[in-house]
Formats: sequence, structure tokens, C-alpha cells
Amino acid sequence: MITIQTEDYKNMSTPTYMDYSATTPVDKRVAEKMMKYLTMDGDFGNPASNSHYYGWQADDAVKKARQQVADLIGADSKEIVWTSGATESNNLAIKGIAHFYHKKGKHIITLKTEHKAVLDTCRQLEREGYEVDYLDPMPNGLLDLNVLKAAIREDTILVSIMHVNNEIGVIQDITAIGNLCRENKVFFHVDAAQSAGKVDINLSELPVDLMSFSAHKIYGPKGMGALYVQRKPRIRLEAQMHGGGHERGMRSGTLATHQIVGMGEAFAIAQAEMKEENIKIGLLRDRLLAGFDGMEEVVINGDMDARIPGNLNISFNYVEGESLMMAINKIAVSSGSACTSSSLEPSYVLRALGLSDELAHSSIRFTIGRYTTEQDVDMAIDLVREKVQKLRDLSPLWDMFKEGIDISKIEWAAH
Amino acid sequence: MAYGEKVMDHYENPRNVGVLDKDAKNVGTGMVGAPACGDVMRLQIQVNDDGIIEDAKFKTYGCGSAIASSSLLTEWVKGKSLEEASKIKNTDIAEELALPPVKVHCSVLAEDAIKAAIQDIKDKA
Repeated sequence: MITIQTEDYKNMSTPTYMDYSATTPVDKRVAEKMMKYLTMDGDFGNPASNSHYYGWQADDAVKKARQQVADLIGADSKEIVWTSGATESNNLAIKGIAHFYHKKGKHIITLKTEHKAVLDTCRQLEREGYEVDYLDPMPNGLLDLNVLKAAIREDTILVSIMHVNNEIGVIQDITAIGNLCRENKVFFHVDAAQSAGKVDINLSELPVDLMSFSAHKIYGPKGMGALYVQRKPRIRLEAQMHGGGHERGMRSGTLATHQIVGMGEAFAIAQAEMKEENIKIGLLRDRLLAGFDGMEEVVINGDMDARIPGNLNISFNYVEGESLMMAINKIAVSSGSACTSSSLEPSYVLRALGLSDELAHSSIRFTIGRYTTEQDVDMAIDLVREKVQKLRDLSPLWDMFKEGIDISKIEWAAH
Repeated sequence: MAYGEKVMDHYENPRNVGVLDKDAKNVGTGMVGAPACGDVMRLQIQVNDDGIIEDAKFKTYGCGSAIASSSLLTEWVKGKSLEEASKIKNTDIAEELALPPVKVHCSVLAEDAIKAAIQDIKDKA
């Protein structure tokens, strides 16, 4: 997804943030906690310094945070491995399993709509001689279990499927997928960067072996994540980062106490407030969607039921996404249009759903969250309605649509 | 992706948006680009008896740079002969709008559009 800004963005009044799936602001309660672990008058020690007070204080803080993260996801705190973010967690899980268990097989299965941190990791393994199947989702973005069943082979060692998609917000049935993996004795990794704090996760019951988390998607700091590694039965991983043997040898490197404390606090707040917050955000999202009622040629991308409350991905046909983002720059959103990338390829996620290139180019992702208000939503509705009309008045494709010409039947000279 | 002032000006206040009668003998229409690539430009020029472009209109589906490139083009071609208009280069447009390298293809599309419109008029004659 891309975001645009104008050169004089620093002089504009700040746009309203509606891009919570890209990142979230750190909750003030989280930031306050983090600041106590940095300076001389705080607990700045190295958690690995087990010989003095400073180390013990820091170690206590890390232990507490480990418990807070584990509590939200129904895991044991010993099953949490700190990382620098979900990208690293995904790398560690997928490469770690592939390298450790390569004698069992070299076949991996994933989904075409996964995050690049999963897809590119799989591509790397292909270069190392592994075989990867990238499954097509159904048009609503969900994985068809029969497709997965058919793809599992004797030598399949790992299935990696995300819990919630970052672009379209759809929630995969990880219980059913995990059960299928267990029946076939295949490890199951889930990228849960977009689902923690939004969807209930209970790893003590879920058939999941590895799960990736991010702090900055749920009001924690950037540069912080975790990987859940199941202990019973024990999952082994080949480390990607070697050094002091931190995190039971799975991820060496001095623990970033303040970051870890931030992630812990963010997860604890999510646990306390998630239920109420989901209801509030869901109402706002529904208000936003209802605001587009009656507009012509509007398509919602992804399943509307199996979806997190904060996501609305919508295509305004015959309007190019990037120019729409420019027009509605009073709100900060993102688009599946790839006009700013050099490839000219629109969102691979939307293309994998079977959307035409032009519908993918016309998509806008609104993601709302903790600090979104009704006023924000109403402003966004008015702005979008006005600007879509303006851009359609400027669009030759809209003219053709109105004249009844089917643009898919025209032979365009590609450039 | 940052946009320059001139792109923003043309984008916010596009010049010469509209449609001319595509069947008229003195109107040339150039439609270039493809929806799949994220931009389609339709440029129309109307030529008077002296062979001078007296009116130009456009509609563009595309990013801000594509819209700005076509808007600028309509300003430039007015008052020019077909011969002069055919000499407009994409580099001139890219330079005037200070387009970044990833947006240069928008100016290429504008050059293609004026060439196609001129060809259309010539084909009609």
C-alpha cells in the first residue's frame, strides 16, 4: 500500500488519521511506562546483567511484559520470543522451521495475499532449494480448506497463513486450518500482526505452532515484536541471529527493555479494552460504509462478515486511487493503486482476489482505530463523496461507462 | 511521494476539462493509456480554417501527475499550429511540472495524446 503527501504537508493542518493498519500512534499510557526504562533515574539496566540491582530491575520489567503479552494470547510466558517486529518474527518462524526440519521435507504452503515478510521469506527459501505453493484465496479473500487439503503433500513441513489480512481485514479460520495441519503433521505458522488486540486469540486451545506479533499495530512502539513458539510439544527453530544466546538461543541480542515494556503495556491495555473498543470501532466503520450508500459503482473488497471492525477497503470505480488520495488529503488513508511505485502494478492482494487492474487501482483502504471519532468519519464521508464526483467528472472512463461502453472490451494499448 | 506546486495547481484547478464533438471534421481526438496501467488520457483539439488549434479539452483517469500533464498540455497547444503542437516533447512537460522520475511516464502519455489527436485530424481530412 502506498500513501501520498504534498510538498507543503508540513504547513497543512494535520490530516485526520485513518491508516491504523499501517501503524498506530503509541498510546500515551504506553509511552509513559516506556520512559521509565531509559535514563539514569530509571531502570536502564541490561536484563541479562544478573549480578546487580540494575539488571534485576530490568529483568523484572521484561518478565512482566512477557506475561502481559502471553496473557492476551492465552500462551505461557515461556513461549514468547522477543523480536524487532513481525517481519523478523515471520522470518524466524519460516526460515527457522525450514532449516531445522529440512530433513523431514522441503515443501511449504502459503497464501498469495500474505504480507511481503512471509512471501519474500518463502521466495528466499525457494532460492535455497525449497518448494513453495502460493495458494489462491477465494474472491472474498478467505482460504478454501479444500484447496489447502489438496496442496498438502508427504514432504510438506510448514503452512504459513496470516490471521488477519493487512489490506482487506479478512479473518482466516485458523482453527480449521490448524486442525488440518495437525492431521497431516505439518507445522502451522500464523502471522497475527494485524489481529492481536482485535480478534480473540487463545493459543492454549488453538492448533497453532508459531505466531508472529507486532507492537506498533496495537498502540505500542515500532521496532518491537514477538514470536510465539509452542513448547508442548516443543517446536525447534534454527536461529537467524547469533550472539549471546538470549531468548533461549532463538534470538540473540540485548533485550530492548523500554520497547518490551511498551509492547507489554500495549497488550495489557488491549486485553482490558478490546471488547468495548471493537464495538465502538465497528459502529464507526459501519457509519462510514453507510455514508457511501447510493454511490454508483462502489465495490467492497474482501468478506464483510469475517472481517475486523476497523477495516474498510473499497473501490470507487473509474477513479484512480492515488488521485483520490490527493483529493482527500484531509484524511490520511492508503490505496491499492501502485501509481507511485515504478512497477505500475496495483495491489497484489486485490489482484489475488480476482479484481481487475482498474478496480485495484481504484481502491482506498480506510482503517480506523482507538482515536477515530464520529466527526472524523462524517468529514471523511462528505469529502469522499464530493471528490469522487469531481474526479469522475474528469474521467473519460466514467463518460464511457455512462454511455454504456464496456471498457473491458476495448483493446487498450498498454504502455 | 511529494508533488510540486505546479502539479498541485493543475490538479486542484484543471484547465480545459470537457468534451468536444468527436465526429466534427475539425476536431481531433487522442485517447491513450490503459485502465489496467492506472491512466487513460483523452485529449481533443479543435482546429480553425487557418490550421490553428483554437480549442482543446481533456479528460483524464489517472494520478495527479497524469491529470496535471494533460491539463498543462491543453494550455500549451491552444493557439499553436498542428506542426508546432506536434513538436511538444514529454521532457518539456516533465520539466515544467518538475515531475519526479517515477512520474515521467505521465508526460510521455501526454505527448502520445497530442500526437494521436493530430493524427486523428489528419485522418479525417
